[in-house]
Amino acid sequence: MTSDETAELQAVEAAIARHGHEPGPLIVVLHAIQDALGYIPESSIPRIAEGLNLARSEVYGVVTFYHYFRTHKPGTRTVQICRAEACQARGCQALERHARETLGIDFHETTADGATSLEMVFCMGNCATGPAVRIDGRLYSHVTPERFDALLAHQEGAQ
Amino acid sequence: MTRVYVPKDSTAVSLGADEVAAAFLAHGCDVVRTGSRGLFWLEPLVEVDTPEGRVGYGPVGAADVGGLIAAGLGRSDAHPLAIGLVEEHPFLKSQQRLTFRRLGIVDPASVNDYVAHGGYAGLRNALSMTGAEIVQSVTDSGLRGRGGAAFPTGIKWKTVLDQPVAQKYVTCNADEGDSGTFADRLIMEGDPFTLIEGMTIAGIAVGATQGYVYCRVEYPESIAALRTAIAAAKAAGYLGDNICESGHRFELDVRVAAGAYVCGEETSMLQSIEGKRGEVRVRPPLPAIEGLFGKPTIVNNVMSLASVPVILEKGAAFYRDFGMGRSRGTIALQLAGNLKRGGLVERAFGVTLREVLYDYGGGSASGRPLKAVQVGGPLGAYLPESQFDTPFDYEAFAAVGALVGHGGIVAFDDTADMAALARYAFEFCAYESCGKCTPCRIGSTRGANVIDNLLAGRDPERQKQLLGELCETLLHGSLCGLGGMTPFPVQSAMKHFPDEFAPRSRH
Repeated sequence: MTSDETAELQAVEAAIARHGHEPGPLIVVLHAIQDALGYIPESSIPRIAEGLNLARSEVYGVVTFYHYFRTHKPGTRTVQICRAEACQARGCQALERHARETLGIDFHETTADGATSLEMVFCMGNCATGPAVRIDGRLYSHVTPERFDALLAHQEGAQ
Repeated sequence: MTRVYVPKDSTAVSLGADEVAAAFLAHGCDVVRTGSRGLFWLEPLVEVDTPEGRVGYGPVGAADVGGLIAAGLGRSDAHPLAIGLVEEHPFLKSQQRLTFRRLGIVDPASVNDYVAHGGYAGLRNALSMTGAEIVQSVTDSGLRGRGGAAFPTGIKWKTVLDQPVAQKYVTCNADEGDSGTFADRLIMEGDPFTLIEGMTIAGIAVGATQGYVYCRVEYPESIAALRTAIAAAKAAGYLGDNICESGHRFELDVRVAAGAYVCGEETSMLQSIEGKRGEVRVRPPLPAIEGLFGKPTIVNNVMSLASVPVILEKGAAFYRDFGMGRSRGTIALQLAGNLKRGGLVERAFGVTLREVLYDYGGGSASGRPLKAVQVGGPLGAYLPESQFDTPFDYEAFAAVGALVGHGGIVAFDDTADMAALARYAFEFCAYESCGKCTPCRIGSTRGANVIDNLLAGRDPERQKQLLGELCETLLHGSLCGLGGMTPFPVQSAMKHFPDEFAPRSRH
């Protein structure tokens, strides 16, 4: 078993043990797994189904319904760009284009070197100071294309 | 030691508030992290106690901290960033903050601070009343659902109260997915005990012992603040088996959403709390009769529940005396998009859109004329300048084909492309559709195609007719508001800005 597979198994078992008894536990369990691993490996779906006494199809259906859950390993860092109207009113379309061109990927993709995943979100409640971007959980306001480059470079420097 | 108040609110932090707080700590100050007052163009807004009240400085950067301390914190006019007494600031002074009266003032992690600022007075009153009396008080206040549907809250509660079932639930819809809205977030991050108190009162009123806050995953700071506050309320006896020694029991948990806009629809939200796909349920049965796990369930928005404590504290008549027509009390308006002064305005119903955009918002941030304003989220209509005098009132907005919704206001200047925005409404609907009903699932994608064809000049008259028919089908044939209201932004954009839907030459 590789270390990835061991980590996966541990995360899945821990999530089921910790939350399996709660009412309607599936989404709570999925969050716990994604918090631990960064994604929900498709290979874990049979075990989640068994542990929660659900059909595999039910688990698969829920994982794929929600935009937040992902079944592929993300990049080292995740960049979320808000595409909703309030950020559009502040010019987020230009930022979207810039981010896709700079990183060379589309939304829901990861750069070839595995460094960066790009996600789109619709509203982070930061609507008066857009365009809004969240990088690895940290929220930023007024993100122009130039600021976007600076934030990514700063992060790379810090790593 | 000088005490300074620095917001921990996520917008303030996105503008550098953590670094500012660290700089004050490094200078030996006592730092209290509060919520934001909702004056976002001044964030990070730092406040200091003086005998006359708190004075403010903003927007403060970490590099300003040394200078502020050298100039003498608290001497209000002694620094270029000084804004004087915060509550005398014109943006705040003319507001009528009832639900948000503690916002930006209290420490959101402290029960004691909450109680010291009048918190839990509503619950104390509720504990001396019967469930029916509490429900009557909410009904008499005139409170209507602040999530957007504007259904009378008291009527909903009465339906749940009347069900002779042992297990009932109170659920709070905190899946604040509308662009341009952040009122729920401000309460959850800045004064979460107000929401907890409102839900506790709801539980006691209808005999529910379990509550869930369904909070969006895009709000990690809100989730953390709520969980901290729930633990503190429980430790202090305001949640749990024996609330304030009354014998009443109420437990509260946070359920984290997973990025599906449709889960802001009440039945879809219940499916999601149950751990299922967020597909809309067919009504009837109403959630008040068969809701979460098939039991009678209150489903209310954060704003509705957070308005309950003040009603129980000061009485139904106090709350009802604010407002106009059938829209009673106050509404939290959220100024977003291209405005000079973005933030939160809580006012009695009746304030006009124009007052909000110009007196509070200061007009566009870009300095260009405001062209269109979308009120009520991605499913809300676009209002042109000629409708800016509409007062905030559910019926007045409906009369001009618009909706108040959750009170979000997104302003666009004259560079906005209305056809692109109309197309975006369909695109958003297609991306977020739960897929259960055909008009929404397929009509949304078709709508975007038809706009593309229209702008490309392919038989434009036929495309316009198709678009009209498609909107009618969505309006009348969808199971919930996502498909049913997507025509609002589309049709309002076409009606008020018809020239922008003319065929375009390719660039």
